[in-house]
Amino acid sequence: MRSRRYLLRKVLQAAATLAFVLAFNFVLFRAVGDPVKLLIRSSLRLDPQEQQLLREEFGIDDPLPQQFVNYLGDSLRGEFGYSFISGRPVIESITEKVWPTILLVGTATILSTLFGIMIGIKGAWSRGSAFDTTSLLGSLTLYSMPEGWLGMILLITFAGTLGWLPAGGIESSDRLSGFAHILDLAKHLVLPCLTLTLGYIGEFAIIMRSSLLEVMGEDFVQTARAKGVRDKDIRRKHAVPNALLPTFTLAFYSVGFILGGAVLIEQVFSYPGLGQLTYQAIERNDYPVIQAVFLLSSATVILFNLLADILYGYLDPRVKEA
Amino acid sequence: MSTIETPRQPSEFTVGVEAEPPPAPRDPKKIRWARRRRAITGFWRVYRKNKMGMVGLVLLGVFVLVALAAPLMVSPDDLKPATAPGISFQPPSSEFPLGTDDFGRSVLDLVIYGSRISLLVGFAATVMTMVVGTAVGIAGGYYGGRVDTVMNAFTNWFLVIPWIPLAIVLASILGRSLFNTILVIGLTSWAGTARLVRADTLSVKERPYVERARALGASSWHLVTRHILPNVMPVIFANTVLTVALSILAETTLALLGLGDPLSVSWGTVIFDAFDAGALSAGLWWWLIPPGVCICLVTLAFTMCGYALDEVLNPRIRER
Amino acid sequence: MSVLSVRDLHVTYRTKGGDVPAVRDVTFDIDRGHVLGLAGESGCGKSTIAGAILRLHSARTRIEGEISLEGQDVLALRPGPLRAVRWTGASIIFQGALHALNPVREVGDQIAEAITVHKLAGEREARVRTAELLEQVGLPARRIDDYPHELSGGQKQRVMIAMALACNPSLVIADEPTTALDVMVQAQVLQLLKSLQRELGLAMLFITHDLSVLAEVSDRIAIMYAGKIVEEGAADRVFHEPAHPYTTALAGAFPEIGDMRFRGKPSGLGGDPPDPQHIPSGCPFHPRCPVAIDACPTLDVDLWSAGEDRRAACIHVSGAPSFSEAST
Repeated sequence: MRSRRYLLRKVLQAAATLAFVLAFNFVLFRAVGDPVKLLIRSSLRLDPQEQQLLREEFGIDDPLPQQFVNYLGDSLRGEFGYSFISGRPVIESITEKVWPTILLVGTATILSTLFGIMIGIKGAWSRGSAFDTTSLLGSLTLYSMPEGWLGMILLITFAGTLGWLPAGGIESSDRLSGFAHILDLAKHLVLPCLTLTLGYIGEFAIIMRSSLLEVMGEDFVQTARAKGVRDKDIRRKHAVPNALLPTFTLAFYSVGFILGGAVLIEQVFSYPGLGQLTYQAIERNDYPVIQAVFLLSSATVILFNLLADILYGYLDPRVKEA
Repeated sequence: MSTIETPRQPSEFTVGVEAEPPPAPRDPKKIRWARRRRAITGFWRVYRKNKMGMVGLVLLGVFVLVALAAPLMVSPDDLKPATAPGISFQPPSSEFPLGTDDFGRSVLDLVIYGSRISLLVGFAATVMTMVVGTAVGIAGGYYGGRVDTVMNAFTNWFLVIPWIPLAIVLASILGRSLFNTILVIGLTSWAGTARLVRADTLSVKERPYVERARALGASSWHLVTRHILPNVMPVIFANTVLTVALSILAETTLALLGLGDPLSVSWGTVIFDAFDAGALSAGLWWWLIPPGVCICLVTLAFTMCGYALDEVLNPRIRER
Repeated sequence: MSVLSVRDLHVTYRTKGGDVPAVRDVTFDIDRGHVLGLAGESGCGKSTIAGAILRLHSARTRIEGEISLEGQDVLALRPGPLRAVRWTGASIIFQGALHALNPVREVGDQIAEAITVHKLAGEREARVRTAELLEQVGLPARRIDDYPHELSGGQKQRVMIAMALACNPSLVIADEPTTALDVMVQAQVLQLLKSLQRELGLAMLFITHDLSVLAEVSDRIAIMYAGKIVEEGAADRVFHEPAHPYTTALAGAFPEIGDMRFRGKPSGLGGDPPDPQHIPSGCPFHPRCPVAIDACPTLDVDLWSAGEDRRAACIHVSGAPSFSEAST
């Protein structure tokens, strides 16, 4: 029976993982060396006095455990330092750019999950049919394409050659309002969202298909048939609910991958979100930004995985306490 | 829809189980190898019938051949920016079937030569993933207890962390080089294999012949190498093939993010160079499309082989 | 009055490796309130017959012959009427121990589904009836909301029995209902089946490889080998005085404690059942038969009279044609 102990265990595990992420982050960047030297490396000219001031600010001369505690405190308060490039607080750039990314990644996740599952179900139920073979091949092909490249191709085709959709950005420069604004946002969202969706829809379809095929061979489906239950009811009430369980958790785990994919896609489509911020930070070795993004994306993924585990505990009656 | 099962035919392919008594040589080593050979031929017989697997295999063969023969087809001078043979940014022509890049190098040359690094990184990263993943998976599964708890925690941590941010962090700290690319891919992929191997080890560990061997006083090393490893092999094998596909895709992603080795030519870096040089807005499709198509085809080939292997080794989902 | 009448049944599976004749030329009747036991080794075709009666095989499988359930020709039914007859005309008790129950739905729900699907009652009434059924099979009614994994093997089997009775069928097919259970639980479940059959006057087709079980439960027994019936007659006579050498071997393979015949002479049968695609010529049993003679590989065996109300397909029985006739 799913119980409070199961919940507690999962939450503690998530917290422990997060703690390791923080520690990992800290060790890695301190291992690189003196952050001030890093700053200098990225061509900010500082005289010895400024360097000393920064040293104090970064707390480099403090003992290591002290630094770690400071780091923890800072992170939890959202103080991720200042960008090497813009000089602005990292947290500011992040809060500015997070909503477009949430819009993009959220929509893509929902669409790829929904359609992927539907295609997978239809394919498995009509195994061997033209639909099945085509969708399987299509899914495999999409799965084999590098996302960034797919985005480029779509951009060249639809925005370049055909000119149907805008070539980038989140909205056009005209000041639109109300419905026209929403439509404009939507038009700009289509290509990046389509790219991300296509990148993952194949995987969902394939997994749902094999999951359902396996369930279809189980004895209880036979029992339902013998009882006189109609085919589509067998699919709806017996087969799919059992097959959906693993796919469902996959959907949550995929958020991490789609988030990662957004880095490249946003750059390709000049979409002003967290991904684009990260891409540019990589170009110029803006470590504070890279670190902060790593922390935040890990935290997000840990959270979603926790949600998946908890929800799974409710959906599958066989999940018992430890 | 579901049907009553057809009468069970003896499986044409069974690992480690004999259908008939062994031939004359009584030497246990010879018997073992004879059995392995029989298993392999049996396996090949079944695999051959799998259409998807055969298409994948052929496709793979073509690419591997091209990669091996690349030095014969492309002269290294043609790849150096200083001694490029053509004019920059030219669309496909009879002299340059795939056009030229920003330095005037033939895109066809780049694509042919790029196969070497792309495949190399794919294979090398996979080797690392398989070795580490298998070691951790078997260790945790076999020893259980505290060893397993530690290994499992380790594995789960790597599984949860989103790989692109992790790869970004590692690559930006370690620097951009071919070796680091391989390292980063290996570090972010081994956990998936470890989890799979651990699960399979746990089930193999419970099998009667393992218990018997242990009762006979076999050492851990003997049990692991002679009993557990060979029976976990099919799972590892199928997973390896799929891992190569994922590694090649990962190399592309890293290259496109600007984290690839700037000195080597791979399909990923070619696309990156194109992107960086503004090929998107200039509509230089001949530069962008071919490397991507190659990546797609190679990944497809490995994936098809991987799924075919899965079907061959897991008769439950095989079509009757 | 016969509830089930099977005539000249042939079931052939179509696989990538060719046609597989699983059931060949099988004929039998089951009268109201009677139990017919069907025995044989794995792969002899007995479960195939069960599936054929309710037409559960895939569309690729070829079924020829006649199957009459309560006078209705099952093989000629269209999908709608076929679904209606399933479970109400005849139901199957599958081996419930492993995966015959949907793991994510409560067992009461699955039993009630049989009732509501056939519109025999509304949801609430169906639940009441389900509780009654559970009690009838010896389970407390509160189990109605349990999930399959919360029940033991024996309890799951009882749920399968309750489910099979849900629509008051005329015929119940028990397909290896006790095979996967512990011996003690087996005895309990058998006891339950016997009393239910008697109480409700059910016609039953009891399929198993364990002949001693059939001897207890059935009125008549039919033995199957390589897709054909090779012996049939009254239950205790078939078991204690087998006419066909295969039956003798089957009966001997299950020693009864206390029965002197089994002392000191453990018996089993060497060899394997024949591959349905390569059935031996003449009498299919001849390669493994301890009393085979020269004529057997070329003999066209048929079910000949082996005594009063008994038939067996062996040249050694009284009703078989004489030697010289048989070898032509």
